[in-house]
Amino acid sequence: MKRKRYFPFVGFLALGAVTFLAGCSTIVLFDPKGPIGESERFVIIIAAVLMAIVVVPVFIMAFWFPRKYRASNTEATYMPKWSYSAKIDSFMWGVPIAIVTVLAILAWTRTHSLDPFKPIPSAAKPLTIEAVCLDWKWLFIYPDQNIAAVNQITFPVKVPLSFKITSDTVMGSFFIPQLGSQIYAMAGMQTRLHLLADKPGTYAGQNQQLTGRGYANMRFQAKAVSPEEFQAWVQKIRQSPEKLDLDRYEQLAKPSAGYYPVTYFSAVKSGLYEYILRKYDPNWREDPSPMSRGSLSTSRGTDVSKED
Amino acid sequence: MFGKLSLAAIPESPITLTAVAGALLLGLVILGLITYYKKWTYLYQEWLTSLDHKKIGIMYIILALVMLLRGFSDAILMRGQQAIAVGGSLGYLTPDHFNQIFSAHGSIMIVFMAMPFLVGLMNITVPQQIGARDVAFPFLNSLSLWLTAAGALLVMVSLGLGEFSKAGWSGYAPLTETRYSPGVGPDYWIWAFQIAGIGSTLSGINFLVTIFKRRAPGMTLMRMPLFVWTTVCTMVLVVWAFPVLTATLAMLTLDRYLGMHLFTNTLGGNLMMYVNLFWTWGHPEVYIVILPAFGIFSEVAATFSGKRLFGYRSMVYATAAITVLSFSVWLHHFFTMGAGPNVNLFFGIATMMIAIPTGVKTFNWLFTMYRGRIRFASPMYWTLGFIVTFAIGGAAGVMLSIPPADYVLHNSLFLIAHFHSVLIAGSLFGFLAGYYYWFPKAVGFSLREDWGKRAFWCWLIGFYLAFIPLYVLGFMGMPRRLAHYDNPAWHPYLLVASLGTAVIGLGIVFMGIQLLFSIKERRSLSDPTGDPWDGRTLEWLTSSPPAVYNFPTIPIVEEIDAFMDMKEKGVAYRLPEQYNDIVLPKNAPHGMILGGLTFLFGFAMVWYIWWLAILASLGLLVTVIARSIDDDIHYLIPAAEVERIETERYRQLASVAPRGPAEEQTIPEPVPEM
Repeated sequence: MKRKRYFPFVGFLALGAVTFLAGCSTIVLFDPKGPIGESERFVIIIAAVLMAIVVVPVFIMAFWFPRKYRASNTEATYMPKWSYSAKIDSFMWGVPIAIVTVLAILAWTRTHSLDPFKPIPSAAKPLTIEAVCLDWKWLFIYPDQNIAAVNQITFPVKVPLSFKITSDTVMGSFFIPQLGSQIYAMAGMQTRLHLLADKPGTYAGQNQQLTGRGYANMRFQAKAVSPEEFQAWVQKIRQSPEKLDLDRYEQLAKPSAGYYPVTYFSAVKSGLYEYILRKYDPNWREDPSPMSRGSLSTSRGTDVSKED
Repeated sequence: MFGKLSLAAIPESPITLTAVAGALLLGLVILGLITYYKKWTYLYQEWLTSLDHKKIGIMYIILALVMLLRGFSDAILMRGQQAIAVGGSLGYLTPDHFNQIFSAHGSIMIVFMAMPFLVGLMNITVPQQIGARDVAFPFLNSLSLWLTAAGALLVMVSLGLGEFSKAGWSGYAPLTETRYSPGVGPDYWIWAFQIAGIGSTLSGINFLVTIFKRRAPGMTLMRMPLFVWTTVCTMVLVVWAFPVLTATLAMLTLDRYLGMHLFTNTLGGNLMMYVNLFWTWGHPEVYIVILPAFGIFSEVAATFSGKRLFGYRSMVYATAAITVLSFSVWLHHFFTMGAGPNVNLFFGIATMMIAIPTGVKTFNWLFTMYRGRIRFASPMYWTLGFIVTFAIGGAAGVMLSIPPADYVLHNSLFLIAHFHSVLIAGSLFGFLAGYYYWFPKAVGFSLREDWGKRAFWCWLIGFYLAFIPLYVLGFMGMPRRLAHYDNPAWHPYLLVASLGTAVIGLGIVFMGIQLLFSIKERRSLSDPTGDPWDGRTLEWLTSSPPAVYNFPTIPIVEEIDAFMDMKEKGVAYRLPEQYNDIVLPKNAPHGMILGGLTFLFGFAMVWYIWWLAILASLGLLVTVIARSIDDDIHYLIPAAEVERIETERYRQLASVAPRGPAEEQTIPEPVPEM
């Protein structure tokens, strides 16, 4: 009976070993490609180490006490009335309090420094990308380049990415695991996300929040390339015959079946992104301050012309 | 005539049809057997209309176990789907079907498995632990049961008529709004939750009043068994939190039925309101399902260590602290909604603070075993399995409470692994420990230990196989709820996870075998003493199963662990000087009728069959009036009858030479405190 209890842990260890042998490249959160992801990995590791201070003794006691004080071991001390010790009591309140205090300090500094709305300080001029969650694909508009792409973004390395995110359907969540932080996409509201890629590569992007039937198809590629390659990519898109005007957009926004193939648009109707936001909140306007969260503070929809 | 209901509502998927056919066949077999053995009268008189808290408790647990089978079948389908739907393969479930399955799995496991299970255990145990003859409002108790059953039936009916919600168990607006979910799925979900939720609120009121007003003389608050304390805290949470669910669902109902715009994208509706309100209920709800399990582990650890619970006061304060804090953490379910760092931090740090009393409890259980004499009966197995697994799940929870860590782990399989670690290894293991612990008390015979231990090992090993890969997959960036995926690196882990589900399935089969074998061998497994585990609390003073009135005379409590105290003083089995008449509530069919009518009302609302909804409402009104004007609701057990039952009980006790009276017990001298 005693031996059997180790079984799950043997399995756990074996699994851990397999994980390790498979290499870290598939454990994407431990293989971040930018400063945000790196910081978040650090937080996870520190938290795990701190939690081990409690979890490991619990494991040891959970095996040691039942073994030592089993009924058949009549040698062990038996104190049926003993039910309190001020020393143990203060220890078992004190240790968790101390650990939570350290964790809270860590959380305080990192939550402020890793706020998704906070721009990443850098000498390079940030690249703005407007991301729209649709049924069931992602639309990315590059306002400064006046181009757009579906289910793919390409951007230069070491340049901060400034995402403006909204939805033209239910709530989604925009996430590129290897670069860090996700944030919700909500109709009539704008969320912000700032990321940066240190190394070139193609990273998987995805929707992390159930949006209905085609949710599993909301994958996209995030390609970090050299500045020259980025310029070449922009030029390539500008050759695309497709243009994103309002009609084309409404057609694109309709629910699609299966994975929506990567599509490039050489031109975008100006103000399309604001148009999408104002479909749901006619009074929506961008607050120029970089950290603005405007969600509930803006007066929301009083225009009765659009029925749900 | 039938609203939106037509033949088109019958699903076409062969998997669904097989499930429906199986459920119908099983139902018919059960009905046939009842008819064959002419048990309808017995069933109606002894069970369906019973107001006896012990029988209501058993019916709650039967409901919970049936729904556990349904929820687990959903889990098998999900794990099977994800084990094969990689790359070009789309698996055997369409995304629509897959979305229904995980929505049903979550809804069923939380509201129709965990809730009935815990209320059932409380029903069997709490009145006996406080030395009472029944709950404060026996009829309300029956009504709560039947409302819960009506909600569960609605979920089951959605399998064969129409569809269930495809928007997850949390039913986030605007996905559940008419524009994005025009079908009847969310309506089934709304009415099932609404009806069961009202039943839960009523249970909450009932148990709070019971515990505050019906305790035996001498049982001060600080002498209550810990399971009673966790029941108090749970029911405080129920009474505070469930009205929020009721109101939120009512608002979603207004949106869907009357075209209002509370949570829509347009016209000033706001989904953030829905998400906040849902979790204002939803987070306390997870503590509602875990706190009773904490209480059970406390009872089990003390009983099987043959020792007082370590740090009783700390345990009580820790439980109370969790109760209060659990209302200040709901925002941690959506750190990624874009709130400012200070808002996220408030809720993040409040969440971490819950880890403090939870950690204290874990150490308390461990130190209860320290210097004890531990007997390894099956409840103790579940307790030890819980402590180890819960430590992992709790640590993962603390990681998720740090907003920047949550930014990458939110909605990933890491989150799924975390909450299954705390809900399976915490709540469910606790309820199963309670099931094994109180089974002899409730029905009069024990469950076979050998099959129970086999079931335990399958559950524990299966759990690790099924959920450790999910932790890894979370770090690999795999989101939850994917009907199919492209990344081949995830595949091996999902294969291991599905193997784990199969091992858990074996555990469930073993539990079924155990139940059948134990029923067959009930004579040799019978518990003539009423105290099979050398118990410490008052429920072990009664016979197994207890007489309908529980206690012939109300016990007087002088200590924590009142029954152990009585055994030590040698007064546990002392004959009372005289017996008195006992007044008890009469059986009443109204609870069952109200439940049935509420089901009809819910069904009619789902399908827009307005005449039926009106008819059902009128029926509800008439039944409530009929019950209210019925003054003949009590019956009397004469003192002579009580004496007859008790004399029989004492004869039985003498024949097996029970452990008490305490003069024969050798209690070692307490050693001075360390």
